[in-house]
Amino acid sequence: MTAAPAALSDTASSTATAPVVEAVGLVRTFGARRAVDDVSFALDAGECLALFGPNGAGKSTLLRMLAGLLRPTRGSARIGGVSLERDAAPEVRARVGLISHHSLLYAALTARENVELAARLYAVPDAPRAAMAALERMRVADRADTAVRRLSRGLQQRVSIARAMVHEPRVVLLDEPFTGLDEVGARALTDAIGELKAHGAALVLVTHNLGEGLTLGTRVAVMLAGRLARFDARAAVDGAAFAAEYRALVTGIA
Amino acid sequence: MSFLGTAWLVARKDLLIEFRTRSAFFAAIVFALLAVVIFHFAWDPTTVTALDLAPGVLWVIFTFSGLLGLHRSFGVEEADRAIDGLLAAPIGREALFAGKAVANLVFVGAVQLVTIPAVALFYDLPLLGGAMLPGLAAVAALATIGLVAVGTLFSAMTVNTRLAELLLPMLALPFFVPIVIPAALSTARLLAGRPLGEIRGYLEMLAAFDLVFVTACTLAFPYTLEE
Repeated sequence: MTAAPAALSDTASSTATAPVVEAVGLVRTFGARRAVDDVSFALDAGECLALFGPNGAGKSTLLRMLAGLLRPTRGSARIGGVSLERDAAPEVRARVGLISHHSLLYAALTARENVELAARLYAVPDAPRAAMAALERMRVADRADTAVRRLSRGLQQRVSIARAMVHEPRVVLLDEPFTGLDEVGARALTDAIGELKAHGAALVLVTHNLGEGLTLGTRVAVMLAGRLARFDARAAVDGAAFAAEYRALVTGIA
Repeated sequence: MSFLGTAWLVARKDLLIEFRTRSAFFAAIVFALLAVVIFHFAWDPTTVTALDLAPGVLWVIFTFSGLLGLHRSFGVEEADRAIDGLLAAPIGREALFAGKAVANLVFVGAVQLVTIPAVALFYDLPLLGGAMLPGLAAVAALATIGLVAVGTLFSAMTVNTRLAELLLPMLALPFFVPIVIPAALSTARLLAGRPLGEIRGYLEMLAAFDLVFVTACTLAFPYTLEE
């Protein structure tokens, strides 16, 4: 769990043995409500955490804290041992890719322009070529010069995924990424996730789909009312029993 | 990526979006021309001279038409939470602010390029004579830098609120006052044919406000985006 991730070995020496992604006692409150309540976990290179939970459990809030978009009320989110706060070094932020349930795209720009903009923001060498390669990987290159507002929701999602992966991130945060994808898009995303894992990236996959989560995850977790109710290695979990227990947990909360 | 490189990337993106949609620019131009016409027909030239009225008309129009563009500056980021993509990227918040401000500067400058000749036409102002035009350009440029710095900051602050259209002018206008007053006074002097040296004090005042507002807004901007 805490072996040195090669992908992040160029970070400061003090962080040489740190996990790729680490949540340390993360708490986030909105008024009196605790959206995320003392969540801690760590992921190494090549691991994928499939995070399940009902609506409002705090999954997206947790993901936004891990992406450095939301400041924790307490605790810290770390990438390669470095706290991902507002002043985090650009090279730390550059390792993270975010697929939100919003597209993060500009509707007036074309698919290519959106992905190329992201490539330039992440200082990717030869941004135009990298953008096209990312669009090809998500099998949407034939619509590269179409304005995003003219694309269907599923194609927008594919462009959004291409945008998040154009800089070959070492940490990928995916918030319900399969939503709206057709079979081709879902297969392209599954392939991309597999490639990222094989290349040593760590992933956090938020999903409501138990099947895809259990297939892709090397670790599985259930979040309920802001807390991690379960956190297990996928290999130690029986899929059918996990699904039954998950449904019981969620129904119990409801 | 360098500060200037990031700022240019953000500014170019904003200007490209505005060029494609033209929604804020057309709204600002329509507002500006309507205001020119309304002021013109409400004006009684036997009691107030054109030279007394025109500076006020110009700066009222610049201020309010500028607000239309400033509101859109961060509004365009909200539609699909594109702002999250910028905030998650390895770029400095200060460079993001600079990029937004530069795009807003171009927007307000473009509105001014249309408005000034329209006001000159309706109020029969001798704009092309002597040192008036370069002087007016200097006043407009210095005042616009201050307005845009403050407006960009408040646009970022208010964009997530339910009453952003109302809150932006409410918050920004009090900060616009110290810029608009010297700008309008120096415009009046220039239109009256006074020498450029007579408005030097106003230009220095505007430059000082620019320095303060640009510095303060750049430093405050990163905190406005934190959730």
